[in-house]
Amino acid sequence: MAALETSRGTTLRNAFGNVFSFFILILIGVLAFSIRLFSVIKYESVIHEFDPYFNYRVTQFLTKSGIYEFWNWFDDRTWYPLGRVIGGTVYPGLTLTAGTIWWLLNSLNIPLSVETVCVFTAPIFSAFASWATYLLTKEVKGTGAGLTAAALLAMVPSYISRSVAGSYDNEAVAIFALIFTFYLYIKTLNTGSLFYATLNAIAYFYMVCSWGGYTFIINLIPMHVLLCIVTGRYSSRLYVAYAPLVVLGTLLASLVPVVGFNAVMTSEHFASFLVFIIIHVVALVYYIKGVLSEKMFKVAVTLILSLGAIVCCAVIAVLIALVASSPTMGWSGRSLSLLDPTYASKYIPIIASVSEHQPPTWPSYFMDINVLAFLVPAGIIACFSPLSDASSFVVLYIVTSVYFSGVMVRLMLVLAPAACIMSGIALSEAFEVFTRSIKFQLPGSSVHSQVDVGVKSSENSLPQNDVAKTDKTEDTLKERPSRKNRKKEKEPVAVEKPSVRSKIEKKLLVLPLEASIISIFLLVLLGAFYVVHCVWAAAEAYSAPSIVLTSHSHDGLHVFDDFREAYAWLSHNTEVDDKVASWWDYGYQTTAMANRTVIVDNNTWNNTHIATVGTAMSSPEKAAWEIFNSLDVKYVLVVFGGLVGYPSDDINKFLWMVRIGGGVFPHIKEPDYLKDGQYRIDSEATPTMLNCLMYKLSYYRFVETDGKAFDRVRRTEIGKKHFKLTHFEEVFTTHHWMVRIYKLKPPKNRIRGKTKKSKSKSSGTTTKRSRSGKKNPWH
Amino acid sequence: MAGELRIGATALILVLCFSMSCHFSFVAASSSPQDIQILNAERRIDLTSHIIKVFLTLKIENTGESPASEVLLAFPPTEFDHLALIKAAVTAGKQKKRTYLPLDVKPTELPNGPNGAKFFSISLLNPLSKGETATLEVLYVLTHSLEPFPAEISQSESQLVYYRDSASILSPYYIKQQTTFLRTPSNKVESFTRVESTNRAGTELKYGPYSDRAPYSFSPIIVHFENNNAFAVVEELVREVEISHWGSLQITEHYKLVHAGARHKGVFSRVEYQSRPSFSGVSSFKNLLARLPPRVHSVYYRDNIGNISSSHLRTDYHKSELEIEPRYPLFGGWKATFVIGYGLPLQDFLFESPDGRRYLNFTFGCPLVETVVDKLTIKVVLPEGSKDPSVVTPFPVEQRLETKYSYLDVIGRTVMVLEKKNVVPEHNSPFQVYYSFNPIFMLAEPLMLAIAFFLCFVASVAYIHVDLSLSKS
Repeated sequence: MAALETSRGTTLRNAFGNVFSFFILILIGVLAFSIRLFSVIKYESVIHEFDPYFNYRVTQFLTKSGIYEFWNWFDDRTWYPLGRVIGGTVYPGLTLTAGTIWWLLNSLNIPLSVETVCVFTAPIFSAFASWATYLLTKEVKGTGAGLTAAALLAMVPSYISRSVAGSYDNEAVAIFALIFTFYLYIKTLNTGSLFYATLNAIAYFYMVCSWGGYTFIINLIPMHVLLCIVTGRYSSRLYVAYAPLVVLGTLLASLVPVVGFNAVMTSEHFASFLVFIIIHVVALVYYIKGVLSEKMFKVAVTLILSLGAIVCCAVIAVLIALVASSPTMGWSGRSLSLLDPTYASKYIPIIASVSEHQPPTWPSYFMDINVLAFLVPAGIIACFSPLSDASSFVVLYIVTSVYFSGVMVRLMLVLAPAACIMSGIALSEAFEVFTRSIKFQLPGSSVHSQVDVGVKSSENSLPQNDVAKTDKTEDTLKERPSRKNRKKEKEPVAVEKPSVRSKIEKKLLVLPLEASIISIFLLVLLGAFYVVHCVWAAAEAYSAPSIVLTSHSHDGLHVFDDFREAYAWLSHNTEVDDKVASWWDYGYQTTAMANRTVIVDNNTWNNTHIATVGTAMSSPEKAAWEIFNSLDVKYVLVVFGGLVGYPSDDINKFLWMVRIGGGVFPHIKEPDYLKDGQYRIDSEATPTMLNCLMYKLSYYRFVETDGKAFDRVRRTEIGKKHFKLTHFEEVFTTHHWMVRIYKLKPPKNRIRGKTKKSKSKSSGTTTKRSRSGKKNPWH
Repeated sequence: MAGELRIGATALILVLCFSMSCHFSFVAASSSPQDIQILNAERRIDLTSHIIKVFLTLKIENTGESPASEVLLAFPPTEFDHLALIKAAVTAGKQKKRTYLPLDVKPTELPNGPNGAKFFSISLLNPLSKGETATLEVLYVLTHSLEPFPAEISQSESQLVYYRDSASILSPYYIKQQTTFLRTPSNKVESFTRVESTNRAGTELKYGPYSDRAPYSFSPIIVHFENNNAFAVVEELVREVEISHWGSLQITEHYKLVHAGARHKGVFSRVEYQSRPSFSGVSSFKNLLARLPPRVHSVYYRDNIGNISSSHLRTDYHKSELEIEPRYPLFGGWKATFVIGYGLPLQDFLFESPDGRRYLNFTFGCPLVETVVDKLTIKVVLPEGSKDPSVVTPFPVEQRLETKYSYLDVIGRTVMVLEKKNVVPEHNSPFQVYYSFNPIFMLAEPLMLAIAFFLCFVASVAYIHVDLSLSKS
């Protein structure tokens, strides 16, 4: 009778708990979505930064022309005169997702513009990502940890930085895909269901579509499988979780045009195939072990080992030969710079020149994951008590992602979910211990609650396992072989023994009342600090769209909208087929906002082309004119921050232009631009620097603004103030001088006498100019 | 050789003149069966902006036998092409209590108009009997009639334009006495054609008085003067007015703006533009004023790459003024596109007519001050489920019907599309769109949403309670 009542009570409580956690999840989704809207509220609903503009443009094309046109799209607006095959070189996941959302909404007659859909894709997928985190953590450590982890992920600054409204980049959907793939892998591992294994392959396919970071999945999961095999945790569930993923996943991945045969040919994927072979060998061994007797098995082992060793040697030799035949050992430049952090700065300046490819500093860890950094170790400890397949996976995940984030700032993004999961586990474990301690020590209810918990733990085994997780029980749990432990979890019969034991254990777990109350208070404080920091980061640090800048001065808010001013001018007042040359940073924006053909853009696939533009910018005027003219360029766009103090302008990026240009065209030498190893533009600067095109285009008639030509970024007066342009003319400068556009003057008519004269003049006066003119790479 | 040519040309002109005058007399005889003569004509041509306004005062007398009910106005074909608007009124009463009664003006065809001259006929309220006189006030507006010369100017130059007209008024009637006044924006007049008795004082040029001019007499004049006003021309304007019976009117206006003055050539130097605003880029403009209805709310101003932050809105009880700056100053030939959108309270514009139908009373034309619209399209999006739309406009416009699908529409909304070319600020007068609407349609979309959510919950309840597994394990 009493048992029946209590069981009814628990079902009611379970139902209530389910509804409660459902609402919490909805609220977490709302939180994840709305914390990312600061950029829309503080600025406007607009696409941010550089790469999102390209994605936006591709989405526009997709919605206008349809999917088949999209696959075959050859873009002649960029990389002039080469062009770019967009369909085959882009990760289509994000574009297709936003395109599908747009199509769905429009077929329901909800007329949202493509831009609106693109702006809000990232916040929506952040909500999805936090739900996926809940699912993953729930598989690892139960509902409480799941909810905590989801709440933490909803507002982790590292992820916010890549997914505020308007930041329409691959990472926005890829993080969701990453976490969801991991969840499905763990789910398959826990259930052994082929259904989830298939879903897992599909989720992996979505991840491959979305982001180059899919190689992280296809290396992490094999690592975990290997770890399980090595630690003797092989099971048929592991096989079901892994083998279909490799087969289906690889087949699906090779369907994505940008991956194609890379899915089987590059070294990033070899680990998965190797582990695929190993898991089959292990499966075979386990099978034979089950079939044969002990003695026969030993014979078979020696036989197979000797045979297998020969075969393995042969295969490995072939593999090594194949891999070694390619110059980069079959690894792409970005992957190599992950394995060897110094690789990029040594060999590929173009990768090193991107700020997000630099290794992070300690403050950036605190900025991006804040208190999670301190909670992660506690979470790792909690994962070890007891260690299951799932918890070993998240431990492996955090360890590898910590390494990767240490190599590249950008990969902090991969660390963030792992840190959230770990901290979620740590926080929920801590809360559980403290609240239980308080509950046991509250006067009057101690005896009753003990019995109650005892009954409860006997009814379902999961809470029992959750409870047994403090340092004191660790030893007893570790003694058990892990596989048996898992079997016990599955069997709901393991009742009699724990019900007695758990009571004893719980008594041991109890902390002093005061200590637990204070600890809870401190934990809440820590959480509050985290929330405050996240909101601050979302509102202040990561919401600026970077195409429109604002500054607060004593007379109110001042808006610098110069970039769009220049792009709007280009799009309305130049010919449709005019080519615009600028440094590659502004390529995507120019094609998307001004709809003009550019020479280079942010998809830095052709180093020589970029080096040509870099060379032109670092050459004297005439040589630069010749290079640009040979590229059919009509306008040159430079970004200049000297008047208003905008620090990331072209003069500050100029050394990278010199380096990248000099890497291909050796007559550009970095030391020529440096005075005693220092980069300067004042009167001490070298003549090469003061005569190069970038300097001239940036500072042309700058002296007339204040009479002194004081550069507010470099905080100095410029070296050469009065000069004229002979081959370029200023056609547009924006309100705050941040973007300056010059037109190439048409070549002068040839007059016999005059050309001779000017030739002899130039060779007589400036030898340098004529020399660099001769070395023009296009002659 | 050159001399010969000149003689030939002169001969040709003489012949032409002769044939024309013959022609004229013939036409004059045939085209005015009622003999009307103009006792006194005064024409004032306002050249201060790029929209040319001509005020014409005619004192007419019927000299024939039969009463005259129509008065004809003649225009040369080039002027006719640029004619945006023509209005006429008859004055009644004495000096102090003078009132103006508007008259109907219709284009008519005369079979024998000389040199393709075009005609408008003014129908008088009361036919003029013999010997009676009446005073007519005519206003007509010309656009695109100032030709920049030189056609291309640099940043430091100011803009000079040509205006072409005739010293005497083109008319099918005999004019006893006439004078023409031209008002230029500044004292700077480069040149003007001198014909008999031409006078210039300050910003005013006076041609006349001339007396006893035969019908269709024409003496071409050309005035070359400085005009640095903003030549703001909207090449295409699409205004969409969406009616929601939930209480608001949403207006979206898509502009394609161009500076139609002398083309900018060569360098644009920001430093000169900023440091010497009175010398540099005087013919350019950087802001425009839009007069919006009062009680306007949620105003936005953007283009296809995002919000344009340089705008100011001033509102009071009588009007709202939106001052907008395009992203960059517009020099001759430069273009810009932008969108202005705003909401208005429905009760200010939607009324119920006595027969139970509803009508929208809204202003035609372009809210921007002092601009010409080459092609104006007004789309009135009626609520879903409205029937029998009809439109009443003060002047003829092209109209057609479209269907638009907006938020969660099933059958689509009827759109009344009105199109008019060559629109000037004088066209800003109200028009009405009548339609009948059953308020029950307002509930369609909320009900649809409610049902959709309900079905969603039913489906999830069903899913939870149905066991889909093939076998119990």
